[in-house]
Amino acid sequence: MNLAITLVIQGVVFFLVAWGVMKFTWPALMTAIETRQKKITAGLAAAGQSQKDLEEAEARSKDILREARDRAAQIVDQAGKRSNEIVEEAKGTASSEAQRLVAQAHEEVARETTRAREGLSREVGKLAVEGASRLLGREIDPKTHAELLDKLAAEVARG
Amino acid sequence: MHFGMMAEEDVSGGVTGYIKHHLTHLTVDPGHGAFWAFHLDSIVFTLVISFIFILVLSIAARRATSGVPGKLQAAIEILMEFVDGMVKDTYHGSNKFIAPLAITIFCIVFLENFMDILPVDALPAAAKLFGVEHLRTVATADLNTTVGMALGVFLLIQWVGITHKGIGTFAGEWFTAPFHAHSTVLKILLAPINFAFRIIEEVVRPLSLSMRLFGNMYAGELIFLLIACFTLGAALNHVSTYVLGIAQFGAGVVWTVFHYLIITLQAFIFMVLTIVYVGISAEKH
Repeated sequence: MNLAITLVIQGVVFFLVAWGVMKFTWPALMTAIETRQKKITAGLAAAGQSQKDLEEAEARSKDILREARDRAAQIVDQAGKRSNEIVEEAKGTASSEAQRLVAQAHEEVARETTRAREGLSREVGKLAVEGASRLLGREIDPKTHAELLDKLAAEVARG
Repeated sequence: MHFGMMAEEDVSGGVTGYIKHHLTHLTVDPGHGAFWAFHLDSIVFTLVISFIFILVLSIAARRATSGVPGKLQAAIEILMEFVDGMVKDTYHGSNKFIAPLAITIFCIVFLENFMDILPVDALPAAAKLFGVEHLRTVATADLNTTVGMALGVFLLIQWVGITHKGIGTFAGEWFTAPFHAHSTVLKILLAPINFAFRIIEEVVRPLSLSMRLFGNMYAGELIFLLIACFTLGAALNHVSTYVLGIAQFGAGVVWTVFHYLIITLQAFIFMVLTIVYVGISAEKH
């Protein structure tokens, strides 16, 4: 065992290797590690942020849903009310129309009755004149006896 | 220039010869005196291991991605983050060399120690086929390697001390710590004591750093050699050969498992102590 030049060579080799590691390999690997650490930190932050976003979106969607439900209920309510109104209105219109029609019919009937009566009275008048003329044996001039005839007709019409 | 034997080697058979043979370095003597005779085996194994280390790390670095890492990158990153965290906890300076140095210490010392796990005779026997007489595979069981690294660490400690505190403060500390005084007389009185303490401290650090690693690996290697001696020169027609063979296998397994712990621990200790020494050196007293 002798301490000699080997010592120097071994020491130099050893420190040269360490120097090489410092110069070339260490920075490359350390940069990779540090970059990855940054990436992971950023990724975790992003994950946390998106978690928060998701929660917010869920809350918002719940709000929107509730609002929509309320609004739908409101609309259904309104529609019900409106349909009731329409039905009522229709009912009103229908009954007034019916009344009108009934009134019209009544009127018509009255008019027809009147006309029939008038026709009848005229007929009766004519028959009366004819009868009278036959009885009398001569022509009765309707013009000269207009007043009488009219009175007769009116009586018939009234009766 | 001649390969092989060192002066003190005494070629003889038996257990002593076997162990001595195994503990002899492949020494190359260029012929300019003992200092220039170098241990080729330690140097070659260190270079090969360094090359493997650099290769693996370069592959990882070249393929490094900040996205999903591969298994190799993940493994190296775990080690790097561990070492980097330890350095950041202990050393509060801005020297970019400390963490890469620490990881290099750990990996290279571990790999060099790991050579001890290989069967003691495997590589030396293979080398013999190529006419290489001596081969020691565990570079950290060579005092030169551990002292070389420890001296490097020692120089680094001084450098860190100077750059972090300035040469004035750094030099001043040699005479004013660990004993502080307020009066000038006491300061002058304490200066030599402080200086002596500082010298001891500075000498003990690299000494303990290198001796601890060397001692552990040398002892580990020796125990593997002793286990290998169970059946050294055994004949197949002896009952004792089979009994000892089983014993050798059992002892080998136990010591190998235990040695895994030691080689990892020693590599770790070398790294941690380096970081701690650098950290201490960077702090002002």
